[in-house]
Amino acid sequence: MSSNPGPTLRFLCPNGHLGFAPLKVESFDIGVATRPDFILADSGSDDIGPVPLGTDTSTAPKEWQRHDLEKMLLAARKLGVPMIIGSAGDTGTNSRVDMYVQMIRDIAAQHGLAPFKLGYFYSEVNKADLRARMVGGERVTGLDGRGDLTLEELDATDRIVAVAGVHPYIELLNRGAQVIIGGRSSDAVIFAAPAIRAGYPQDLSYYLGKVLECASFNAEPYAGKESVIGEISHEDVKVTAMHPGQRCTVASVAGHAMYERSNPFYEYVAGGMLDMTDCHYEQYDERTTRVTGAKFVPTDKVRVKLEGSGKVGERYMGFAGVRDPYTIARIDEVIGWARRQVEERFGTPEEGDYELHYQVYGRDAVMGELEPLRDQPGHELGIMVFGVAPTAEMAEEVALTGTRQMFYARLPDVKGTAGGVAFPLDEVTRVSPAYRWTLNHTVAVDDPLELFDLHMTEVTSGEPVAAGGAR
Amino acid sequence: MSTSKPLSELAKTVRSKNAGVDRITFDIIFRDRENYELVKDSGVLTRESVAKLYRIDQSRITDFVTYDPAFAIKFTILRTRPSGSAGDADIFGAQQYAPLLGVMVPVA
Repeated sequence: MSSNPGPTLRFLCPNGHLGFAPLKVESFDIGVATRPDFILADSGSDDIGPVPLGTDTSTAPKEWQRHDLEKMLLAARKLGVPMIIGSAGDTGTNSRVDMYVQMIRDIAAQHGLAPFKLGYFYSEVNKADLRARMVGGERVTGLDGRGDLTLEELDATDRIVAVAGVHPYIELLNRGAQVIIGGRSSDAVIFAAPAIRAGYPQDLSYYLGKVLECASFNAEPYAGKESVIGEISHEDVKVTAMHPGQRCTVASVAGHAMYERSNPFYEYVAGGMLDMTDCHYEQYDERTTRVTGAKFVPTDKVRVKLEGSGKVGERYMGFAGVRDPYTIARIDEVIGWARRQVEERFGTPEEGDYELHYQVYGRDAVMGELEPLRDQPGHELGIMVFGVAPTAEMAEEVALTGTRQMFYARLPDVKGTAGGVAFPLDEVTRVSPAYRWTLNHTVAVDDPLELFDLHMTEVTSGEPVAAGGAR
Repeated sequence: MSTSKPLSELAKTVRSKNAGVDRITFDIIFRDRENYELVKDSGVLTRESVAKLYRIDQSRITDFVTYDPAFAIKFTILRTRPSGSAGDADIFGAQQYAPLLGVMVPVA
């Protein structure tokens, strides 16, 4: 592979959504042994729902994040090649970038690494700044069928991140960064940026990023968290599985283009769109697929995607089971009874500013209104109850009333008159607050860097900082 | 004599997953061109049929494409509320594909 003639660059990606589960060491070490030119991974996702962005937390334990950063940093410094991480800590908020930067410092200190230049950037968008743009007449345009952002919806938002294109990465590389920790970014740009900067065509550079961002999800058989290597030339992209049991096949690589996207042909980033309609895939060797024909279509005006999360309320959860077939057949009446008891106390959800949700496992909890078999419940049901309200006290009472009153539901001919449901617990449990995605929008910018705050620093192996790092 | 087989026997992969926070996308992927074209040409998977299967209005299907390089049929639906909102039981949209498994496809 590395003996390939001609000017190529090779990119090692050990993990997609770094931190969500640890990278697999064996295939990573195999990849490192081939001496790649870059080691890179995306660490973020909006798949995890709006709670982590809203509460400014990660879904991953620090140990998993640190494990991967340590493997990558030690390998990158040993080879003397850049290491790039995008969308730090799931959400790419400022606190997550600071946390990763501190982890990099701690790992460097722990291993006594020679000094290196660390670049990082923040992606959070100040609400007041966005408001000023909107008041100034700038439209914040909705994606996926959403309308334009309103000031009211902006007010209901707690935290916003802008999704970076290649621009902050290229700028930090230009400033000499050897390690980059990025705020929220499009997955593909982490890989595309260094390729574009090195003079490779945008068409192939963005495709390289698209195909590598989820690591071994582009290989078969299915196995996550294994390393893959992408190699770019001026004519093509080649992608190779590093795990001895995996192969990048035409089917697996082509199939990856459609993974978690509405459409397999187009990928949108700040600054343009990658058109994969005319992609051509061929099996290059047993574990490598070669791809040509991708096209990048730049836009005149750069529009940056914004993700925002707003708090709905505090949340409690209750649970109940049902076994009596008569009750199961009338479970909506049971739930209706419990809802009415909550309404007697707090009024309707609109009047009382609360939410009460029932998920009936064994009938249609998972699919809800999409469930074709909702009229065929199982012989046993599990009912999860969620109460959401402005205060924890009220949320607890909503959830507790909504759960416990199912016990007292008044069904006309029920034989069991000592309690209508089975409780595994007497209490309800406090869970994460409820948030919702308030922004899935884009905003136009004059300068693609204007929403991002770039920093450069030197990492020297001084005294190790207390484990845990910056908040 | 005409017979039929469930999609689960003909497809290599049948899956669902978030496509952003407001949509869920469905992928039906075949191991070979033969089964892919059999299902594609059978007409059992169309905008109309999946809308009926999921009991939703066709306007909620934002994309419906066949994708030759991967031997795949793919469609995407709008969620009624964004992923992870209170009351959403499938934050990743990962378990919405089950009804597709039993779709019967006429063979031979």
